[in-house]
Amino acid sequence: MVTTAFTPIASLIGGALIGLSAVMLMALTGRIAGVSGIAARLLPPYTDNEFAGRLAFVAGLVVAPVVVLVVTGTMPVQTIQASAFVLTLAGFLVGFGAVWGNGCTSGHGVCGLSRLSMRSAVATIVFMAAAIVTVFVARHWG
Amino acid sequence: MAIVSQFAIGLIFGLGLVISGMSDPAKVLNFLDLAGIGSGTWDPSLAFVMAGAVAVTFVGYNRIQKQPRPVFGEKFHLPTKQELDLRIISGPAIFGVGWGLAGFCPGPAVTALGFGSSAAVIFVAAMAAGMMLARWLADRPSLSRIATPADQT
Repeated sequence: MVTTAFTPIASLIGGALIGLSAVMLMALTGRIAGVSGIAARLLPPYTDNEFAGRLAFVAGLVVAPVVVLVVTGTMPVQTIQASAFVLTLAGFLVGFGAVWGNGCTSGHGVCGLSRLSMRSAVATIVFMAAAIVTVFVARHWG
Repeated sequence: MAIVSQFAIGLIFGLGLVISGMSDPAKVLNFLDLAGIGSGTWDPSLAFVMAGAVAVTFVGYNRIQKQPRPVFGEKFHLPTKQELDLRIISGPAIFGVGWGLAGFCPGPAVTALGFGSSAAVIFVAAMAAGMMLARWLADRPSLSRIATPADQT
C-alpha cells in the first residue's frame, strides 16, 4: 500500500463542489445526482428520452481530470494497485450492487443523506461497513 | 441549453472528485482501512469530502424545495419509496465489497477514464456488465414480486 497525505481543506472544497453539482442538477433537471443511476441508464434498455443529458453529465466527469491537467500543468495523483482480475471483480460487484441497491456513494451517500432518507442512511451504513470489512480482510488477513 | 448545463454540472462533479482526492483509489482505501488508525496510515480526508458535499446539498435541496419545478423539466423526480426491503441491504453490501476491493465507486471510476487509465477502462467495463445484469434481474417479474413489490412503479 502507499501512504496518502491528509488533505482536509482540499477535500472539504472538493466535497462542496460535488454538493454544488448535485444542487445544480436538481434545480435544473429535477434529478438526483447519482452517478450509478445516471451511468446505468446510459445502457439499454431505455425507458425515457434523457439519454443525451446523461451522456453530457458523464462526459463532464471524464473531462474533469483533463481540465485539471490543462489548468495546473500536472495530472493529479492517482494510484491504482489492484490487478486486472481484482478490477474486473470489483467493477462487477460495484455495478451490480449499485443498481440492485438503487444507488451508490453519490446517490445514497450525498443526495440521499441530504434528503434525510432512511433508506439512503441504511444503504450508506451498509456499504461503508462492507467496504471497511473488505479492506481489513484484504490488507490484514493472511 | 439543458445539455450544455448538464455537461457543466458533470464537470463540476468531476472537478470535485479530483480536487477532493476521491478520484485516487489509494486515498479511498486508506480511509476505509481503520486498522491504519493504530499504525498512523489512516487518511480521514474522505470524511471531509462527505461533510462538504452533504452540507452544500442539504442547504441547496431545502432551497430548491420552494421552487415549483426544475428549470428544464416538468417536475422533480424524487425517490418515493420508504420501506426497508432486502435489496436496500443486499445491494449496498455487494457494492461495498467491490468498493473495498479496488477503491473505486462509480463516480471516481468514470472520472478516471479521463486520466487515460487502462485500469479504469477494465473497471468501468465490468461495472457496466454488473449494472446490466442487475437491471435484467430486477425486471424479471417473478423475481421482483418476491424481492421488491414496490419497485413496480
